Amino acid sequence: MWKWLIPLSVVPVIALLAYGFRVNPRDIPSPLVGRPAAPFALRTFDGAPVMLESLRGRVVVLNFWASWCSPACYDEAPTLERSWRSYRGRGVALVGIAIQDKHEASQKFISDFSLSFPNAPDPDGKVSVDYGVYGVPETFFIDRTGRIRLKHAGPISDELFRTEVEKLLGEPALDPSVDSQEKGG
Amino acid sequence: MSHRWVVRILVVAVVAGGGLGAQSATADAAQDRPPAAGTVNADAVREVAAQLRCVVCQNLSVADSPSEMANQMRGIIRDRLAAGEPPEQVVQYFVDKYGEWILLAPRGRGLNLMVWAAPVVAVLAGLIAVGVLLRRWTRPRPAPRAGGIDPVLRERIRRELESEP
Repeated sequence: MWKWLIPLSVVPVIALLAYGFRVNPRDIPSPLVGRPAAPFALRTFDGAPVMLESLRGRVVVLNFWASWCSPACYDEAPTLERSWRSYRGRGVALVGIAIQDKHEASQKFISDFSLSFPNAPDPDGKVSVDYGVYGVPETFFIDRTGRIRLKHAGPISDELFRTEVEKLLGEPALDPSVDSQEKGG
Repeated sequence: MSHRWVVRILVVAVVAGGGLGAQSATADAAQDRPPAAGTVNADAVREVAAQLRCVVCQNLSVADSPSEMANQMRGIIRDRLAAGEPPEQVVQYFVDKYGEWILLAPRGRGLNLMVWAAPVVAVLAGLIAVGVLLRRWTRPRPAPRAGGIDPVLRERIRRELESEP
């Protein structure tokens, strides 16, 4: 029995290493998925106010980006603009939040990609910490009841945007008055 | 004259002592109260920041990282402490947003207990293994019994001994 003890004691160590090497340490699950999205009130680069509260009842896509985030943010910027143009008429709100970035550099990024959806800086980082952001780009899909349904780290694809937004659009809003307003409007 | 000076010195000492005592009592009372807005000291911020992982760094705490993100996180810690939140609540705020991953030292409960217990278990297992081996190596070996020798070999040795001149 004793002669097997040392070889057997190696098995759990190898199993632990095998598990550890297969897991991506950068893939950190967000505890916020399924929970209400943190409210925020920011001012866009154009000076317009943007508040999550005012988007209640709509599917909201929140994208955290930075002009220094290359190439990932540069890769996804055209996708976001394209998706916004496709879905803006269907009750979807897309808000970009520039984090840890210089004002002028962010504005140049917006201009270079002709981004027409609202983009706002997060000067003190409070919104990014409220959403548990640890890198850019990160995108949050918020359903019509105000819950975070998906957090995607890395550049977003047309397909992922479409799939997730279509799924959330197919779900009823909690507040029936919002539905009737949208149908009426 | 000298008597007067002694009295004066004693009075000054008593007044100064009373003042220090009052200051000490004030400091004790201040420790029990949450800090007023804008009066958070750097040590209090550092104490919380040292418990948190800098989210954009490799193995650096929020207290030690020079990154912009860590700087913003220190600002949030300062604001929350200034608003009267106890340090544990500030740490919990970050845990709520990032999960326990944000803590540099995992909490000693649930599966995390393995992280704390594994080194102790490993050291104990090592000590036991060393003890068992030392006992085995230092155990006196029993002398070979006479009856244990092969009779054929014994007979051969006897014959060889007898045949020697």
